[in-house]
Amino acid sequence: MITLTHYIVLSAILFTLGVVGVLIRRNAIIIFMCIELMLNAVNLSFVAFAHYLNSMQGQLFVFFTMTVAAAEAAVGLAIIVAVFRNKETVNIDDINIMKW
Amino acid sequence: MEIYLFYIVATISVVTAAYLIFERSPVYNALYLIQTMVCIAVLYILLEAQFIAAVQMIVYAGAIMVLFLFVIMLLNLNIKEETKGALLFQKIPAIFMGIALFVTICVILKSKLLPGKHGEYTTAYVNSIGNTRVIGNLLFTDYLLPFEITSILLFVAAIGAIMLAKRKL
Repeated sequence: MITLTHYIVLSAILFTLGVVGVLIRRNAIIIFMCIELMLNAVNLSFVAFAHYLNSMQGQLFVFFTMTVAAAEAAVGLAIIVAVFRNKETVNIDDINIMKW
Repeated sequence: MEIYLFYIVATISVVTAAYLIFERSPVYNALYLIQTMVCIAVLYILLEAQFIAAVQMIVYAGAIMVLFLFVIMLLNLNIKEETKGALLFQKIPAIFMGIALFVTICVILKSKLLPGKHGEYTTAYVNSIGNTRVIGNLLFTDYLLPFEITSILLFVAAIGAIMLAKRKL
């Protein structure tokens, strides 16, 4: 019998891996992929709660989250391409023009 | 039977997510992330969310990750570039903080705050009508306004991406 706790712990592990990836990687595209992983982990817990609480709202929220993620990926990757065109790199240590 | 499938798929998804973090080549990273998303789609089917599983495969593993692969191949990244100038002493504290975050989530999970109010959409009821039909009904009645706002959001995102990709603003 799979319980809700199984899914929430799996979702927590995936979310934690995404956070660690954002913190230790220096490539902007891979940081972006780790953000997608975190979104996926949260979606999994949404659907798990929806299933175990006999509700439909979780699945609808996942639907909207996916739309927002698609929009975010399009705009974010366009920004990364624009940055690469200006600086010839996507290493976030070199993209510090707005830092100081 | 289902529990074995859950454990197999969960293990694959965690291992591929770990590879996503520690693998050097961006193309391999994208392929590992696709594997993780396919595993999550299998879990959605285990959770009786067939429509969401299909959308996960088509939109996430299909469209978004192909976009990532396009950009990776367009930029022609140098793999060795990343190690140069990496902040020292960042990896170990980052992993430590990640473990701390996981422990915090587990502590919240152990406190008995989680159970909520049960709704009316039981598995038998949803299966008698059809998962996609129930979602479609809700989207076009109770959730019509968020649905329309979503279409505006996608429109704005498309215009924004085109504007950013123009050579001269």
